[in-house]
Amino acid sequence: MPEKILAVLEQREGQIKKVSYEVLSLANKLSKQLASEFESVILGNEVSNISEINKYSSCKTTHFKNPELNNYSSSAYSKIISNFINDNQFTIVILPNTAMGIDLATRVAVKTNSAIATDCIKVDFLDGALVFTKPVYAGKSLINFKLNSERKVFTIRPNIFKAEMIEASNGAIEVKEVADLDLSTKVTSYKKSEGKLDVSEADIIVSGGRGMKGSENFHLIEELAEALGAAVGASRAVVDAGWRPHREQVGQTGKTVSPTLYVACGISGAIQHLAGMSSSKYIVAINKDKDAPIFNIADYGIAGDVFEILPALTQEIKKLKS
Amino acid sequence: MKIAVCVSNVPDTATKIKIAQDRKSIDPAGVTFIINPYDEFAIEEALKTKEKFGGDSLTYSITVGNDSAKETIRKVLALGIDEAVLLKPDKNPDSLNIAKALAEEIKSLGCEIVFFGKQSVDYDSGIIGQLTAELLGFNCISVVVDLKIEGNIVIAEREIEGGREVVESSLPIVITTQKGLNEPRYASLKGIMAAKKKNITEKQIQINEVFTEIVEMNLPPSKQPGRIIGTDSSAVPELVRLLREEAKVI
Ligand SMILES: Cc1cc2nc3c(=O)[nH]c(=O)nc-3n(C[C@H](O)[C@H](O)[C@H](O)COP(=O)(O)OP(=O)(O)OC[C@H]3O[C@@H](n4cnc5c(N)ncnc54)[C@H](O)[C@@H]3O)c2cc1C
Ligand SMILES: Nc1ncnc2c1ncn2[C@@H]1O[C@H](COP(=O)(O)O)[C@@H](O)[C@H]1O
Repeated sequence: MPEKILAVLEQREGQIKKVSYEVLSLANKLSKQLASEFESVILGNEVSNISEINKYSSCKTTHFKNPELNNYSSSAYSKIISNFINDNQFTIVILPNTAMGIDLATRVAVKTNSAIATDCIKVDFLDGALVFTKPVYAGKSLINFKLNSERKVFTIRPNIFKAEMIEASNGAIEVKEVADLDLSTKVTSYKKSEGKLDVSEADIIVSGGRGMKGSENFHLIEELAEALGAAVGASRAVVDAGWRPHREQVGQTGKTVSPTLYVACGISGAIQHLAGMSSSKYIVAINKDKDAPIFNIADYGIAGDVFEILPALTQEIKKLKS
Repeated sequence: MKIAVCVSNVPDTATKIKIAQDRKSIDPAGVTFIINPYDEFAIEEALKTKEKFGGDSLTYSITVGNDSAKETIRKVLALGIDEAVLLKPDKNPDSLNIAKALAEEIKSLGCEIVFFGKQSVDYDSGIIGQLTAELLGFNCISVVVDLKIEGNIVIAEREIEGGREVVESSLPIVITTQKGLNEPRYASLKGIMAAKKKNITEKQIQINEVFTEIVEMNLPPSKQPGRIIGTDSSAVPELVRLLREEAKVI
């Protein structure tokens, strides 16, 4: 069976998510290396920025449309995509490693008789076969592996693969209205968190740890985050203390993040914290203990008091931006 | 109501990982094993669900592993799970093999509510719960932080990027649990004593086709420790300059 690639794109509230372009770009690249066909698919209702797809690839896109598809339904989504894969004989299916992407990938893998891998950070070739790399043991180790099945489904970690624009193209976008959805699992509402940006989607993260001394001091973190256009993150110590909500926790039992810049303030750098953020491109640490382990992985550090440094840093960033 | 919880036995999160001679696995020497942290929420929820349904409800824990998992399984029993099953594979299974074994056992036990952790902190895949659900034809809600089961109806909140989805479904169901769902209890002395008398049913299982072939395991490229620019706010302008001109991130 000749290889045929499918990029599964994700939208939220009618907007294509950034990681979808990373999926498209990788699919585009692999299709060239394998000289294979490649298409993309998106499920939703109205998708206002759907023409953006053409900036990243000239592939054909199928948009399965129904008001009930605006939110993710594991039963409805997985049936539609699995039928699409089976009918069109796709052999390589790429999804984003997000709450939706992971859930969907597993269901689709079983329904299409595929082997599955999640959270890949590299896709390469070895003797003509695809070799995937994923972090294991919370990033303390990496494995390279193959999937020895005719069909493969895998998800890619956001912010690792580049979304690469191409020259303007006009790939066809075909809208298919669908009916009779399987809504045995159905999202009845979506509660957006009141925080501005989520750590798992942010390009810059400013995180606070126990060194912040109390929830009342987190305005210093929030102000720097605001100046940088960043999300607020936290260590488990401060989440367990109830200073910050769990959704902000970064680490082995929190979120895994790979932002361009991670600023750790008053965080010691315990192995479980590093697990969640060591793949950040640049790391800045502010900690008054110069021997804190966080400095071992930081690119730049200030071995000083957060209460002195944070306000000065916020000031300096504001000056730069104005 | 029969309730199952699938528990994986994983290296303690503080473990320093050493790669074994074969370069395909970790060196188990000196590694302590624990209940997968996310599975603690699954166990707690199984216990609470049993309390809620009452009557002759029963809880089962199921683990695919070898004899070394028994110590961890005793801890699961000490928390109050009624019965444990250990499925011993004849060769190294991948996620799909594990899911198949679990699905078969869940079916033969007749469980209608099955809890998994969101993710196992060894291979960090986050898929076995959903794979098992799909193999069983059960409904499934993953990454759950709030759960209500009323009769046949299941209403859960699921953590996603930037918010929560409220999901409605029905039994039979697989739930994968995320931190925030509950506060796991500690084992009581009575529980620990009782666990010693509980039976662990052991079964040999055959692993057929393994799709995942590990080529090599490596340590991540080690990072050069960075520069400490200063010790007070006088270092701030230099930090900002480096971020702008060298790293080009702001
Ligand atoms: C199973 C398991 C899972 C875990 N999962 C996670 C996880 O997902 N995420 C996570 O973060 N942790 C996790 N942990 C916890 C982890 O081991 C650490 O306990 C935690 O990360 C410590 O948080 P911290 O760095 O904020 O606090 P601490 O380790 O107490 O560090 C505080 C730091 O602040 C510095 N400091 C104090 N005052 C100041 C000041 N005025 N100015 C500057 N610096 C100052 C100190 O020098 C110190 O380095 C987990 C642990 C276990 C056992
Ligand atoms: N060997 C195993 N035996 C029983 N349950 C497991 C096993 N491995 C993983 N699980 C369950 O599946 C969940 C997700 O694991 P994973 O897909 O490996 O991240 C875990 O939290 C456990 O509940």
